[in-house]
Amino acid sequence: MRATQLLQYLLAGIATGSVYAVVAIGFTVVYNATGIINFAQGEFLMLGGMIAISLAPVMPLPAAIAVAVLATGAAGVLLQIVFLSWLKNPAVLRMIIITIGLSILVREAGLHIWDEKVHALPFFSGDETSSLAVLGARISPQVLWVLVISACMVVGLTLFFRSTLLGKAMRACASNPTAARLCGIRASTVVTLSFFLAAAMGALAGCAVSPLTQTQYDMGSSLAVKGFTCAVLGGLGSVPAAVAAGLVVGVLETASVSVLPLAYKDVVALGILLLILVLKPQGLFARRPVAQARAGG
Amino acid sequence: MYLRRYFPVFCLLFLVILVQVGLTALKLEFYMTQLTMSAYYTLVALGLTLLMGYAGQVSMGHGGFFAIGGYAAAVLATVGFASWVSLPAAILITGLVALLIGIPVLRLRGHYLAMATLAFGIIVLRILLGTNLFGGADGLSDIPAFRLFAGLAITGRKALRVQNYYIAWGLVLVGLLTGINLVHSRVGRALRAIHGNEDAAAAMGVDVARFKLATFVLSALYAGVGGACLAFFNGGIGPGEAGVMKSVRYVALVAAGGMGSLWGTLAVSTALTFLSLRGAFGVYDDAVFGAILVGIMLFAPEGVFSLLARRNRPGNAQ
Amino acid sequence: MSRALLEVNSLHRWFGGLHVIDEVSFSCRAGIVKAIIGPNGAGKTTLFNLIAGSLAPASGSILFDGRPTGGLPPHQIARRGISRTFQATRLFPRMSVLENVMVGRHVRTRGGFMASMIGPALMGPGEKRAREACLAVLDELGAADLAGRDAASLAFGRQRVVEIARALASEPRLLLLDEPACGLNPAETEDMGALIGRIRDRGITVLIVEHDMSLVMGISDEVLVLSAGRRIAEGAPRDVQADPQVVAVYLGEADA
Repeated sequence: MRATQLLQYLLAGIATGSVYAVVAIGFTVVYNATGIINFAQGEFLMLGGMIAISLAPVMPLPAAIAVAVLATGAAGVLLQIVFLSWLKNPAVLRMIIITIGLSILVREAGLHIWDEKVHALPFFSGDETSSLAVLGARISPQVLWVLVISACMVVGLTLFFRSTLLGKAMRACASNPTAARLCGIRASTVVTLSFFLAAAMGALAGCAVSPLTQTQYDMGSSLAVKGFTCAVLGGLGSVPAAVAAGLVVGVLETASVSVLPLAYKDVVALGILLLILVLKPQGLFARRPVAQARAGG
Repeated sequence: MYLRRYFPVFCLLFLVILVQVGLTALKLEFYMTQLTMSAYYTLVALGLTLLMGYAGQVSMGHGGFFAIGGYAAAVLATVGFASWVSLPAAILITGLVALLIGIPVLRLRGHYLAMATLAFGIIVLRILLGTNLFGGADGLSDIPAFRLFAGLAITGRKALRVQNYYIAWGLVLVGLLTGINLVHSRVGRALRAIHGNEDAAAAMGVDVARFKLATFVLSALYAGVGGACLAFFNGGIGPGEAGVMKSVRYVALVAAGGMGSLWGTLAVSTALTFLSLRGAFGVYDDAVFGAILVGIMLFAPEGVFSLLARRNRPGNAQ
Repeated sequence: MSRALLEVNSLHRWFGGLHVIDEVSFSCRAGIVKAIIGPNGAGKTTLFNLIAGSLAPASGSILFDGRPTGGLPPHQIARRGISRTFQATRLFPRMSVLENVMVGRHVRTRGGFMASMIGPALMGPGEKRAREACLAVLDELGAADLAGRDAASLAFGRQRVVEIARALASEPRLLLLDEPACGLNPAETEDMGALIGRIRDRGITVLIVEHDMSLVMGISDEVLVLSAGRRIAEGAPRDVQADPQVVAVYLGEADA
């Protein structure tokens, strides 16, 4: 394989992988705050993309995206408050089934509010024919947009957790909810905020990637499974690990096209998931075991 | 004691016969087609009840086993094997896949098991969609009928509609009977013990891993039988059977029926599947099942029938 | 004297960097009640878990009736004739008391999936015998009236008794009781002591982990003292009680 071809795969893989990474981060943030795996995580990307697509004809693109991000964040909060907040120490199985049910409802809402067709946001810069030369490979500028936006989100989130009071409060809550409560940190605020962050980031990623991979009402479930793969690979506890895992899975999946028929591309990520779960469920960067679910905080 | 246990089975048999006679008399025999299909889908739900309700293991990928059963039967029959070879072979293949998948995957619990089984279902779907042998997105059709003996056959031909109705419901009755026997046996107790507290069950001598695996394979066999027979009945099968929505539906049916209740699952599954097949939910079909999942888990985690019981008993449960 | 029923030799076990069982050796002959005592964190329950199979030893051996059991999974150890209760009772929820005890009888009953699916024709007589045996055990423990009750609904002390009945249903040769008197009032503790005595008189060897000294001194034939994972003393209750090392371990290094 020529070097430029390799580079092309690498860049495309990193772009795909950064989307998976964002989904993985969404899982991780919510899991750390609540102990829940929110199966509906993938749907936030669909919602963000669809809302932005509907708004794009009537306002400038950045505004449409901003509104979509906020609206999806609000949807995430709504989901948490309406369906999850009043459950007290629910059984794990119950939570799994509820969030899967919620992901179906969001997906079906997407189907009925919009339609079953494929849509796409306009390219952020240029159009579908533009390409940039990067070290000899040619990629669409949108790929760079995806990378930059994802990187900004990861950096922003890390800074938020490290340096702001609210972020530190969230980390405290994740590591020791009782002690955190005794310090005056309201668990319910932390939980709601975590859902907002996960949903908003998902929406932004969904918008960024929409021109490249298109947006469709049922894109959520395979994104969720793949994103979960990366979250598990990263040990379900740490954001940087989830990112690293996302990039690895993205690149592997893209590269697999050169050895497997295109139709089996999805099977790669899923196969990796099964392998990880079976061999090393604590992930490659393991930290802590899976804790009890705390739905409402 | 035995009378109380098996009496409902006789009632069901009676009901099945009554419905058939009634439909034939009212010249409404076309309903039997959907009732037959409901029976095959209900078989999956019954097997899943044993797995989820008794052994306490979740499976988000049982549509995958249904599809494997159906496609295996379809491919073998189309390629030219006699149907009395195709059907058992299809069921065997389903069981083997369940065994292979189950051994590593059942070591997982909770979220991880759910995701692993979900991933399994999607992998089956992608393989079915991407392989020419399986007809890709169109699936397989023109499957020859499954001839039993003396003119008895599993097929969609209108003339044999009544026969097929009885074959399907006969299989459900067998599945129900074996399920009831299992539940009331030492194995059923062991499964409930595993569901209740795995470590204590092991300390009492229960080989937890073996029991989980056996239940998993058994539930997959139920699904495989349903899939294979439906493939013969419909004369075809599509990749959608392995989809996430189908798998999730089965979970919804088991949950709504009361998680650990074979009868509850039977009732809910027959009713909802029949309605769904008749198009009663229109374009909101999937949404309905999603809503059921959420609604049941939020408001009636013990199943719909527990809501009725709660209303009849003003005080606390005994 | 024939060989001991249970022999533990040079057992070691670590949790992370913590040496929780450090060169523990002891033996237990058949037909006695032997108590394992020691301050908190001494490793008593860990020792139980090693004998019962929920933990595997890092090194050393455990011989039950002459056959090694170290590293065997719990269900196989149960099959060999060792039964146990748990410190925090682990009765099976959503099952009746009788059903709980019948699970305890699992190793004495036969019939796998195939046989069970065929049903009462094959399994009926076995089920009936098992039921009767389990009711008999409950009766002996004075809990026969609880048979149909939901196990989770029982009072704490009664749950204890049911868990012991469950452990006895398999007709074990060695019974491990993990803090049977925990949470019981003095009257209940006395009853528990009498019960343990009756179990021993039936020929079942009993190993108990216990903090309640009145129970230990009253009912044990032998006592083993652990501290910080090490064996400190072993012998008749009176002797162990007077052992200065034991006193030091309980009272600390400061002078009395």
